[in-house]
Amino acid sequence: MTIKRKPKLAIWKFASCDGCQLSLLDCEDELLAITNRVDIAYFLEATSTVRKGPYDISLVEGSITTQHDVKRIQKIRQNSKLLVTIGACATAGGIQALRNFKNVNDFISLVYAKPQYIETLDKSTPIANHVPVDYELRGCPINKRQLLEVLSAFLHGRKPNTPSYSVCIECKRRFNVCVMVSCGIPCLGPVTHAGCNAICPSYHRGCYGCYGPMETPNTTSLSSQFSQLGLDKDNIVRTFRTFNAYAEPFRKESEAYEK
Amino acid sequence: MRSKTIKVDYLARVEGEGALYIKVKDGKLADVKLKIFEPPRFFEAFLRERNYTEAPDITARICGICPIAYQMSAVHAMEYAFCVKVEGQLRALRRLIYCGEWIESHALHVYMLHAPDFLGYPDAIQMAKDHSDIVQRGLQLKKIGNEIVALLGGREIHPVNVRVGGFYKVPSMQELAPIAEKLKWARDAALETVRWTATLNFPDFEQDYEFVALRHINEYPLNEGRLVSNKGLDISIQEYENYFIEEHVQHSNALHSAIKERGAYFVGPLARYNLNFDLLSPSAQEAARSAGLSPVCRNPFKSIIVRGVEILYACDEALRIIDQYEKPEKPSIQAQPTVATGFGCTEAPRGILYHRYSIDGKGIIVDARIVPPTSQNQKTIENDLWQFIPKYLHLPDERLTLQCEQAIRNYDPCISCATHFLKLHIDREQK
Repeated sequence: MTIKRKPKLAIWKFASCDGCQLSLLDCEDELLAITNRVDIAYFLEATSTVRKGPYDISLVEGSITTQHDVKRIQKIRQNSKLLVTIGACATAGGIQALRNFKNVNDFISLVYAKPQYIETLDKSTPIANHVPVDYELRGCPINKRQLLEVLSAFLHGRKPNTPSYSVCIECKRRFNVCVMVSCGIPCLGPVTHAGCNAICPSYHRGCYGCYGPMETPNTTSLSSQFSQLGLDKDNIVRTFRTFNAYAEPFRKESEAYEK
Repeated sequence: MRSKTIKVDYLARVEGEGALYIKVKDGKLADVKLKIFEPPRFFEAFLRERNYTEAPDITARICGICPIAYQMSAVHAMEYAFCVKVEGQLRALRRLIYCGEWIESHALHVYMLHAPDFLGYPDAIQMAKDHSDIVQRGLQLKKIGNEIVALLGGREIHPVNVRVGGFYKVPSMQELAPIAEKLKWARDAALETVRWTATLNFPDFEQDYEFVALRHINEYPLNEGRLVSNKGLDISIQEYENYFIEEHVQHSNALHSAIKERGAYFVGPLARYNLNFDLLSPSAQEAARSAGLSPVCRNPFKSIIVRGVEILYACDEALRIIDQYEKPEKPSIQAQPTVATGFGCTEAPRGILYHRYSIDGKGIIVDARIVPPTSQNQKTIENDLWQFIPKYLHLPDERLTLQCEQAIRNYDPCISCATHFLKLHIDREQK
């Protein structure tokens, strides 16, 4: 991407906790420098200024859960040269995709006295189910260093360097003792996409998979390891069903253990 | 004056998606609606059938701005249920990580979300062009708050280290020492924050609010205490649902909380300050007095000064905790799940956050209830607008809209938090 004027950056929110877009404001040392290089054209969490598109880069947080949002993401796509999803909601449907495993009619009648007041779809789905996505940044939340890397890469017209290997590699690089091998703590690290720098094992707990599945994960083998460690079927289902529950490899593995 | 309607479709510089609707008829204010249309995310529904150990990690995802508040209310509720008492250094470390969240959340709100209103900028980035030192001070304060959360929690947003009974891993004294050095700078910066915010121009606006906050016997409230108000409320947190109700309002995806038979109430920094001034650190009290704040302040616009006072308190408290720190032998206390109901109420940066869970004998959640601070303030925000707007009806629409947005931001509303709450109420109606 070679642009002489300042590229226009837009940040959009769908169903989410606001944490991934907050990651940009959490770049306390870099924020003002970033604004020297890009024109923040739409970022409601931070500014009342709203500039019209088209936008050079759109960062999209959150999952699609309403008909209104189905239409909104299409307009955003039409108005964006590059569309990058940030975080587990936008990339996999998020924690709110736990609804996807319920019979939605039963679910709605259980929850709502007056469902006609509530506008919601039966499933929480990732952005890529609705529009083409140019790049996906994983994590619940994303790692702000990776966000800076993605912005920097696109500004310089290169491919972002965000490795797709497992959390295990990051653990080895930190010289962590394996929590599963040495302490028998169930850990999703072997099947989980890198990016967090193995925070959970570094704090002596098992990875809970908030970066979602890595490429070609061997979830079946890991589940049988979990069984050997004493996890029953219900707990194996719960382990795969959190913030990336609807990402296909995790979804299939949890469904295999569901009665 | 003619009739007109002012609509702000997407409120900026608040967390989450909200809108404002004002109707003026024959020169008089006819309607005000703070609309919350953030889509519901069903947290209380899918917490059912989850393990009690998962509640702090799952509920953190309600809000990326104040995940520690959710984690703290969740673990305290579970510990209440299972009669676990977390004391000594583990309790102190919980206060420390909460201080970190207060510092980062308040600094974000004071400098990046609210101050631009007072100085006439659309955001802190534009403000930085004229007031670089001020914005840099805010960013560095926020960074130190985040560093405390990241050190104790593993990362700034959705930390991983909080668990029922304590932590997964506790820090060494050597790890805490560098933070103490930075906190000494932060104390001065917080003091300067109080001084500077006190020089802003405040609308002359006071209301006879009912302020509600936690009150602890000997410390400014974070995790524990009784729920008290300036109008006679004094209850244990287990009694919360006997005294507070929710009213369903059609125009909003979140319910309005009210005190039974009395109505709207006010939670957050101003409520905490008014009800706990005597428990602030001496330097925070002194800073407030020097800034011209009396021990009771009823002007919600001055919340920005009070947030500064609370940043200073959080720095003092964090320094005190680090100074007295000795690494505990165990990072957590074992909990034994039983059939029980647990209650937790802690002071999120925006005000009290209530959790209740019922657990079966195997540690599985069978019912969950969460009441975030923004739902509790919603009615008060609308009441403020009803009182505030008539004084400014002569202003052009654009100016009036800015004034209203500033009045809403007094409460640092977190709409992502408030929304999931709707379906919960309806859930209860269904029973």
